[in-house]
Amino acid sequence: MDIVVLSRWQFALTTIYHFFFVPLTLGLAWFVAILETMYVRSGNPMYKRLTKFWGKLFLINYAMGVVTGIVMEFQFGMNWSEYSRFVGDVFGAPLAVEGLLAFFLESTFLGVWIFGWERISKKLHAAVMWIVAIGGNLSAFWILAANGFMQHPVGYEIVNGRAQMTNFGALLGNTRALYLFLHTFFAGLVTAAFFMLGFSIYHLVKKQDEEAFRKSFVLSAVIGLISAVAVGGAGHAQGVYLREVQPMAAAASEAHYETADPADFHLIAGIDQEGRKTTWSITIPKALSFLYFFKWEGEVEGLNQVQAQYEQLYGPGNYIPNIPIAFWTFRAMVGAGLLMVLLSLGALIIAWKKYPEKWIRRSGWLVWIIFLPYVANTTGWLLTETGRQPWVVHGLMQTKDAVSPNLTPATVLISLIGFVLIYAALMVIDLYLLVKFAKKGLSAGDMDSVPITGEVETKKKGGK
Amino acid sequence: MDLNILWFILVAILYAGFFFLEGFDFGVGMLLPSLGRKDVERRAIINTIGPHWDGNEVWLIVAGGATFAAFPQWYATLFSGFYLGFFLLLFALIVRGVGFEFRSKLSAPRWRYGWDWAIAISSFFAAFLLGVVFTNLVRGVPIDGDMQYTGGFFTLLNPISLLGGLAVVMLFLFHGANFLSLKLSEGLRERSHNAARTYFPAALLFALGLFAALLFTPSAFSAKGVLSAILPVLAAAALVVSRVMMGKKKEGWAFICSSLAVVLTVAALFAALFPNVMVSSTDAANSLTIYNASSAPYTLKVISIIAAIMVPVVLAYQVWTYVVFKKRVKADAKNLTY
Repeated sequence: MDIVVLSRWQFALTTIYHFFFVPLTLGLAWFVAILETMYVRSGNPMYKRLTKFWGKLFLINYAMGVVTGIVMEFQFGMNWSEYSRFVGDVFGAPLAVEGLLAFFLESTFLGVWIFGWERISKKLHAAVMWIVAIGGNLSAFWILAANGFMQHPVGYEIVNGRAQMTNFGALLGNTRALYLFLHTFFAGLVTAAFFMLGFSIYHLVKKQDEEAFRKSFVLSAVIGLISAVAVGGAGHAQGVYLREVQPMAAAASEAHYETADPADFHLIAGIDQEGRKTTWSITIPKALSFLYFFKWEGEVEGLNQVQAQYEQLYGPGNYIPNIPIAFWTFRAMVGAGLLMVLLSLGALIIAWKKYPEKWIRRSGWLVWIIFLPYVANTTGWLLTETGRQPWVVHGLMQTKDAVSPNLTPATVLISLIGFVLIYAALMVIDLYLLVKFAKKGLSAGDMDSVPITGEVETKKKGGK
Repeated sequence: MDLNILWFILVAILYAGFFFLEGFDFGVGMLLPSLGRKDVERRAIINTIGPHWDGNEVWLIVAGGATFAAFPQWYATLFSGFYLGFFLLLFALIVRGVGFEFRSKLSAPRWRYGWDWAIAISSFFAAFLLGVVFTNLVRGVPIDGDMQYTGGFFTLLNPISLLGGLAVVMLFLFHGANFLSLKLSEGLRERSHNAARTYFPAALLFALGLFAALLFTPSAFSAKGVLSAILPVLAAAALVVSRVMMGKKKEGWAFICSSLAVVLTVAALFAALFPNVMVSSTDAANSLTIYNASSAPYTLKVISIIAAIMVPVVLAYQVWTYVVFKKRVKADAKNLTY
């Protein structure tokens, strides 16, 4: 395997892994802040216990997000040095500002939050959690501003073969980035809502801390429903815009090979990548035009026509991304999203009916809904990042030209194996701890771990 | 002064801030198993940096981001060139970071003490690797005319850079012991004093060795005259004063002076580097400088404005956190946040 393939695998794996933890951090911070505010306003100790319980799970998850995040920043230079040279003027700035403006805020105040329960006033302590939530979500904005540039470059000019920033405002106001951010912001809330909903169901079934977990249940169902609808809305708006600025990626997500007016929508389809066509499909007539234009007509460019345009623009080559990945990840993401809308609606009905015992008894398996947002988050990013290929920066630089030329396959293989091993080990530990504390119920939050008594054994005594 | 010089200084300040803050964090990490003889003691030691270490580590992320934004060519050549070095650094930082979070979550002794050693070893390697990286920047590494690094992993491990790595480790051990004697109480405070005394000679010796070695590096001190000679002398002096203050039980002053020593050491390295950012040992003409490695003026202007506003704000709230947690930590199970 060559360094491009290996580097892409490493980047994909470390990014997907990182993004396993990030959405929960983004969303759960708001929930913890809300619960703590309810505690401060009501004085009800149950809310304090809830805050500490969800806060503890938040922290276990947070640590993983932080340590895997540093990897992301370093990798641009490590594996993609030509990319870094080419776009550093534009791309480096939002990353630097992210640290300075957002990540400092999040991590510094989180330290105060963890250790500050007895040191600062209740109100200030709650405010600190709000700052953590704002800091984390601001981080997401800056990162997505950088990513938005890769999808749809704006505010730059090419000087001596390098992209130079000409308009910082345009970079931040990039419509592509704003949609990405809205979509991610609500995805974070949905992730946290289903995490909370799933574990609340677990405790309601176990009849453990029922009063408290009913509160969590309602809170997560309400926010889950609103955010699941919003994430769909933002996603749809993003899709419509995608057709304008990245017609190739849009057509790829629909396996839409030939330009048509009106265009049909493939619910599912068989894809012949070599022959550049679909072999069979279940189709809703005119629906693709409807999705894009909100009427039953309108021309939607097909993959083959965009390919022809790109060959004229950029020279010969294959500009079509991997269609099965784009097509099926899109369906998995939307499917999971729609299911989550229904589930949170169902949860609200259950709460409204005062948790009928008949329902509770049969609901143990519903804990697994926790995984739904993870499916949507992962497939969503796969779609976004593979849909952009073969470009690393759309229309400006191809991924194969972005890799660090000094690397050898052996070097990248070492780091790839290293990351896979440590990430796998940490995933096992992290899931074990999350599940262990989540199952324990509220006592997991107030009982701080107990010290071990006695001396640390420093020397091995014979026979032991 | 043009923006390129300003950003060279800013990047130097960010790395100096990182070495100063995460320096004692790494020192505390390395001292953890030897200083803490009971679980509560170890928890007390971790809790001295507990509220701060994550915020401190962000200094590295911001310094890296600033290098990327202001000097993309430097960022690209450095990170791709020192690939396995940075991979090992990431590995160490990952283990250390999750170690702090995971260690107290289970109560099996093997689990906790295992993580304590993991924290110590990863702190050692992180400090060592950072020393190796920065010494190599000044000493020079093979770079061709296209700004590509042409050496391998073992090119990075040369006598001078190994000396640099050890110097940083020893400095951090001393600095960390000073921090702990300021933050711990009773027996642990005494033990921290002793640790500071123990590591002082090594810290001074290795630092002097590093400065002496660089003195004979053609691109570094010898070419730059007075300033580059003064900074190492001041760094060594601060180190000595710190030890004297520790002898007089003036822990605050001892910590301030060891902080100064760390900051001045970084300043000395950056002064030796200027106006290069990466010296080429292949041909001096291939060196990356603050001009041929930088972003265009527009980008530098934008990030200058943001930095001018944000750096003071960040400093203000980070200082505030040290005020909130200014009380000494007691190894007393009832009052420890686990």
